[in-house]
Amino acid sequence: MKGMAQLLHEHPFFAGMQEKHLDFIAGCGENHIYNTGEYIARENEPADHFFLIRDGQVAVECFVPNYGALCLQTLHNGDIFGWSWLFPPYMWTFDARAEDEVHAIRLDGKCLREKCEADPAMGYELMKRFARIVTQRLRATRMQLMDVYSLQWPPLDRGQ
Amino acid sequence: MIPTLFRIDERNDEFEGTFTLRLCAPTGNRPAAFSPGQFNMLYAFGTGEVPISMSGSLDDDDAYVHTIRCQGLATRTIERLNKGDVIGVRGPFGRGWPLDTIAGKEVLIIAGGLGLAPLRPVIYQLLNGHHGARRVRLFYGARRPRELLYYREFERWADAIDITVTVDHADHVDRAWKGRVGVITEPLEAARISSAGTIAFLCGPEVMMRFCIHTLLKKGLPESAIYLSMERNMKCATGLCGHCQWGPNFVCKDGPVFCYGSVRSWFNLRAL
Repeated sequence: MKGMAQLLHEHPFFAGMQEKHLDFIAGCGENHIYNTGEYIARENEPADHFFLIRDGQVAVECFVPNYGALCLQTLHNGDIFGWSWLFPPYMWTFDARAEDEVHAIRLDGKCLREKCEADPAMGYELMKRFARIVTQRLRATRMQLMDVYSLQWPPLDRGQ
Repeated sequence: MIPTLFRIDERNDEFEGTFTLRLCAPTGNRPAAFSPGQFNMLYAFGTGEVPISMSGSLDDDDAYVHTIRCQGLATRTIERLNKGDVIGVRGPFGRGWPLDTIAGKEVLIIAGGLGLAPLRPVIYQLLNGHHGARRVRLFYGARRPRELLYYREFERWADAIDITVTVDHADHVDRAWKGRVGVITEPLEAARISSAGTIAFLCGPEVMMRFCIHTLLKKGLPESAIYLSMERNMKCATGLCGHCQWGPNFVCKDGPVFCYGSVRSWFNLRAL
């Protein structure tokens, strides 16, 4: 059976991270399985964890009154979920729901924050990884907003 | 060139505003053979002509199949036609996908929205075992689940092709959708792609292709292994009128399929 440090090492989010840092972070992690339909996070509830998805699909949703849950994005094997544990007031800003059985590594946010404070070099390594993910998600969101497959950009010279 | 009269033999509505026509020559003659990636000029009488890519199988040599989206005057006129109606056809025109170079390679087919239509003949060829590709993967992005093109065929394609489908948005109409939500670059980014022995065919909105090309280049795919299908306003379709001039190229004659390595400077030049 693989240890937590080995599982972290195999996850793309931690690719290239020093072993000593992974060993340090491993102390904050545990394996967790979420059943289909189970909520991993709920908007406005305390964001105590962040998640490395090992298997399964997670829907990031926003509840819209008189409508229901609107899926904004799905996350999959190799993705991470959650950075609200990093910033006060440490509350989730969206819902996250398991769309099938999800195998995840759940890392304790408070424990991680303390370790980042204790070892700034490790904290910087972790922040660089989060910054990259945030940048990717922002780019993806901007592309979604462009709605590139819609009819909104007809050719300029179509003679009408 | 004078258009040849073709009769609409079959019409399928894919989703709102997008439909597929199967066109047969009324005389019963076989239409000229085409290569995947080529296009025809379809003439809506009294309205105008539009370039539309071939989207059918090469094995269906009695007819041309075209998937059309209502975008302008001519396509809206064609949209009103039904089975048995007549349409003018000129073609096939242009250069298609370089299928003669894919033997032994992994083929990445990356399509967005209606961009799957010009790639469907490639998929049919590969499904039939032609051209000797080592592996085929399809990355397909669409606007919404109900705007997935040829979705009913995916199950059959999945026997031979690794298919990744994602939609940009899924609203209340698409509650049954259990697939991916997000842009196509995300699964592409997550995919393991070997920089050697891989060739990529892209077709979709230009901005989507631009982001996909960034991702492919970041993964080490050489510019010479990336092919894309371009779209510009066309009139003559034979490289004479200059409407579709793109840098030193005419999209109708030198394209619509280009190697990215050959057109990078034009592709990245704004206002071209």
